[in-house]
Amino acid sequence: MANGSHAHAAHHPMLQHHFDTLEQQQNASLLGMWMFLVTEVLFFGGLFMAYILYRWLYNASFHEASHELNVWLGLFNTAVLIGSSLTMALAVRASKTGEKSQLVLFLILTLVLGGIFLGVKVVEYAEKFTHHLVPGEHFAFHDAALKDGAQIYFSLYFAMTGLHATHMILGGLVLLPIIVMAQRGWFSPEWYTPIELFGLYWHFVDIVWIFLFPLLYLM
Amino acid sequence: MSHQHHIPTKASLFAVFGALMVLTVLTVLVSRVNLGYLNLPVALAVAVTKALLVILLFMEVKYSPKLVQVTAAAGFLFFGIMILYTMTDYLSRNMIGVAGR
Repeated sequence: MANGSHAHAAHHPMLQHHFDTLEQQQNASLLGMWMFLVTEVLFFGGLFMAYILYRWLYNASFHEASHELNVWLGLFNTAVLIGSSLTMALAVRASKTGEKSQLVLFLILTLVLGGIFLGVKVVEYAEKFTHHLVPGEHFAFHDAALKDGAQIYFSLYFAMTGLHATHMILGGLVLLPIIVMAQRGWFSPEWYTPIELFGLYWHFVDIVWIFLFPLLYLM
Repeated sequence: MSHQHHIPTKASLFAVFGALMVLTVLTVLVSRVNLGYLNLPVALAVAVTKALLVILLFMEVKYSPKLVQVTAAAGFLFFGIMILYTMTDYLSRNMIGVAGR
């Protein structure tokens, strides 16, 4: 509106007709993405609520069961995921400055780091199976008095890290076409909304892990 | 008019990454020290600090429109309400001898 005649003459192909300007359109997309992330906060929030309650009810079991996790693998994965948040932030920056090759590079790095995280998670899950720490018929715990609570702990461990890993897998699947789009030059400093929104999602998944790591590995 | 998007410097993004890594190592080191009941609050305080760094600087909420800032805050507000009301229920059940506790 404010840049009236110019906007009309150079109508950006990504500007949809029900928006006045690209900026208005982008702000609407941004708000919509945050609305989705709010539902995600409450989605994971239910599991965090369950963790808090059962940790209070079975404090000794949770303390003992958390020692079954490998802190170093958890620490490594935390570093990997924070690293992928850095590459994602660098990708959003590159899309704003219009540096296409850097954008593609940082998006690929984000995908690779996400893959490394999931690979380590596979190793960790396999360890739980061989150590009989998967809740159910074959669950075994060295302290019989703490077994029930330990089983609840591992139920929450698999539910929370499993939901988190599902988010990473889905994120990776969304990232693939975005990388192809970036390579083909779809994005410009005028329009990079998918990069920005995907970045928000990826950082949100990082934040979930920032809380999961201390609660599951360090308590 | 047009775009006045905030473009962070690369150095500032690496600085956020560095701070997040330092806090991660710190939380592992602190967990090795037995602080009794303080271990959990300290770990959560570090995690909240890290989350705020990511939200404000990586997700750029600091530079986002006010409406986005309010929306982001609302999500965590309602999460807080869920925990507060649920825990006040569970923590007070055995105080008044409610059946089923």
